[in-house]
Amino acid sequence: MSLTSSVTGFNPKELLKRFTAPLLITLILLASHLSFGILDSLGHLMTAILASFLTEAILHRFLFGSWRDLSSAYISGISAGILIRSPLYWPFALCAMLSISSKYVFRYNGRHIWNPTNFGVVMILLFASDYAAVLSIQWGSQMWAMLVIWIVGLVTVYRASRFHISAVYVLSFFFFGWIRSWITGDPYLAEISAITGPMYQLFVLFMITDPKTTVRSRNGRMWVAFMIALVEFALRLSEAVYAPFYALFLVGPVAMVLEDLWTTRNRPRSESTHSL
Amino acid sequence: MKKTAGWKKIVLFLFFAGLIATPALLREVEERQMGERGMDRETALQRHGVWLQEVSRDVGIDFVHHRPTLDPLLEHIHEQVASVGASVSITDYNRDGFPDIYLTNSRFGASNALYRNRGDGTFEDVADSSGLARLNEEGVGVSMGAVWGDYTGNGYEDLFLYRWGRPELFRNLGNGEFERATREAGLPEWINANTAVWMDVNRDGYLDLFIGGYFHEEINFWNLESTRIMPDSYEYATNGGRNYLFLNNGDGTFEDVTESWGLLETRRWTLASTSADLNDDGYVDLMLANDYGVDELYLNDRGERFRRAGEESGLGFVPKSGMSADLGDPFNRGELSIYVTNISEPGVLMQGNNLWVPSGTRDGLFPVYRNLASSLGIERGEWGYGGAFGDLNNDGFQDLYVANGYVSAEPGTDYWYDYAKVVGGNRQIIGDARNWPAMNGRTFSGYQQNKIWINTGSGSFREVSTAIGGALSLDSRSIAYADLFGNGGLDLVVANQNGAVQVYRTTARPDHEWIRVQLEGRPPNTSAIGASVTFFWNGMAQQQVVTAGRAFSSQSERTIHFGLGTDPELDRLEIRWPDGKQTILRDLKPNRSITIEQPEN
Repeated sequence: MSLTSSVTGFNPKELLKRFTAPLLITLILLASHLSFGILDSLGHLMTAILASFLTEAILHRFLFGSWRDLSSAYISGISAGILIRSPLYWPFALCAMLSISSKYVFRYNGRHIWNPTNFGVVMILLFASDYAAVLSIQWGSQMWAMLVIWIVGLVTVYRASRFHISAVYVLSFFFFGWIRSWITGDPYLAEISAITGPMYQLFVLFMITDPKTTVRSRNGRMWVAFMIALVEFALRLSEAVYAPFYALFLVGPVAMVLEDLWTTRNRPRSESTHSL
Repeated sequence: MKKTAGWKKIVLFLFFAGLIATPALLREVEERQMGERGMDRETALQRHGVWLQEVSRDVGIDFVHHRPTLDPLLEHIHEQVASVGASVSITDYNRDGFPDIYLTNSRFGASNALYRNRGDGTFEDVADSSGLARLNEEGVGVSMGAVWGDYTGNGYEDLFLYRWGRPELFRNLGNGEFERATREAGLPEWINANTAVWMDVNRDGYLDLFIGGYFHEEINFWNLESTRIMPDSYEYATNGGRNYLFLNNGDGTFEDVTESWGLLETRRWTLASTSADLNDDGYVDLMLANDYGVDELYLNDRGERFRRAGEESGLGFVPKSGMSADLGDPFNRGELSIYVTNISEPGVLMQGNNLWVPSGTRDGLFPVYRNLASSLGIERGEWGYGGAFGDLNNDGFQDLYVANGYVSAEPGTDYWYDYAKVVGGNRQIIGDARNWPAMNGRTFSGYQQNKIWINTGSGSFREVSTAIGGALSLDSRSIAYADLFGNGGLDLVVANQNGAVQVYRTTARPDHEWIRVQLEGRPPNTSAIGASVTFFWNGMAQQQVVTAGRAFSSQSERTIHFGLGTDPELDRLEIRWPDGKQTILRDLKPNRSITIEQPEN
């Protein structure tokens, strides 16, 4: 399951599938906020969600003449609300709007190639870093809370047949952490500390598993997860605080395009959705 | 699927480009609004009503703070652990009518300083002869701060010194000398404290003492038994130092009532404290700024115990890095707001400072606060420490000075990446100093300029530090105000970590009038600590309180200073004494200092 999946259809199974991700992310948010108060304010979260809804509704209507199911926009909005940290309101709205807009602006062969939230977050880091940061050190450090989130998240990605992506990434992260420790001389625990925190939980469980922005083959997805960890490794050696977001930003679209080129060369594509 | 029309694509891309450009456009607007860099004295006085001049050497103050050395096990992160200890507290210790300055040092063998104000614009360090100099020694620890208060009731301000080590109490003998009174007082043997405040919590007239613990009290930084000394969470830490509340028995001894007064319910990392009667029930309350967690507000329950009210009041829910707590009345509404500094580092951590403005009560019990720092423009600090209100330009609206900067080391280097990769992790990892990457001389939120936010009087503040001659980029910690030179301006002392103290002589616009109020309390609380003074003029009311401990590790002079602006129409002065009695004064004249004694009845 992913932060940005949306499904069309109205049978109960489809409905359940459609709302699993919004429900899960809402539950995690509620549990975290009630336990730890992870949100600076509900106002910031609502700003992100509202901006996400409006952008999705208006852009889809403007470009395609129809209204769109907003469950995907809800997830992007709530993700921006969790991930962006700023005392100001507008960075939340801007992140949500950039996330949604990227789905319409950057498309290749009829599908968007960036995970919307990842795109929005990276744009905020690149262009508005003096106004906002990204969740990295909040959310407590209680072992039970971490285990609950990991277990619920991993069960969810397992049911969505995405467990292999998270597993490959996590194993790769631990491996590259060991190499980094060897290179930098810092303790191994320091190198892997981040993955026990909330930012990585969201990243590993929800962002890199997004069906809309991952390649189609199982092996391909595992290679992509490994490549994300590899690029992150390089970025971390360059002391990029938010290396995983940048790594996914760089690797994800390249993988999607390469897969499409490969597929196009070997057999004609049959499916297509909205295109610009 | 149909193709999208070309013009729609153009609109879409323009929209997207607009989104991308938004931060740059906002930045441009902000810079134009800021606009003003350095300007000359006359222009600054005309435009902002104030000019600052750094005069420390000229007036005989050459104090340099040295950070502590620590156990070799912490060598790799020494600078970030040994990052506090520069403090300033101001009082008139010898009752000659001139405010004196006490500064703490933090390295074994380095002396603290007591600068006696000669009254002619110069100072001399008399700490040695007073017995307040050589207080940083192996076996007792190093100074972190000090607060003055007449706990004996003899009319002279005594000194409580808190350390990473053994806290000390010094009785003011009234002849310029102090004698240790620690042992008979019954204070703890060892604490790692960074804040303390004198206050009369039970209204018996004797000053009681709150001490806030930062690192756990079992840690001896020069003989570590374990490296598990770091916070177990960056935002929800539960392993901070113990807080203490000591009731003054009136005979030189104190009773530890921390538990029965409800202050042992949490183990947060308290870094700052201040007190005042915030819910107008006649008893002083306690505000704590906690690093690595939520701040706490304790309401005094009729002098019998404290009750936690942070969450109910709205200010104790979102965890940040509380570094300082100060009280002010920035809107001239006759009520106290609370300013708490936190940490902001562009692109990494954006907590923002908080201005908690009262907005009513809940259940008739709890004062309710709203954070208006953003709308007033005083939210975006940096790595904040002391943040304190004071009307620098005497225009009648309290301004705000905020100290910034953590560790200024090798220029061009940065420890944030290493810090960020660790602090997001589980408690088992971050709680152990061994797991922290070595700093290797790198800068960590260093070389940050302090903020001087001038209150425009119309619901906003304007940052003017460079424009008015107050630009300072040392690792500032503690700040205190006093009219050091007797010219009706609030002068400023800034204590800097591992650096020289800075003393700013303040010149306010001459047509801005002022009045200063010195309260003489009835013994034993001759300091009148806890008294509230509200001045009414021009249809406005500004409340200030006499505190003994405010902001970060600091204490400003006890005299209350009101700027009044131009041609003020003075109405009255209302004083609420610590015992709850009230004094109202009318027919006041501006530009003078008045002394008011607490009436017998």
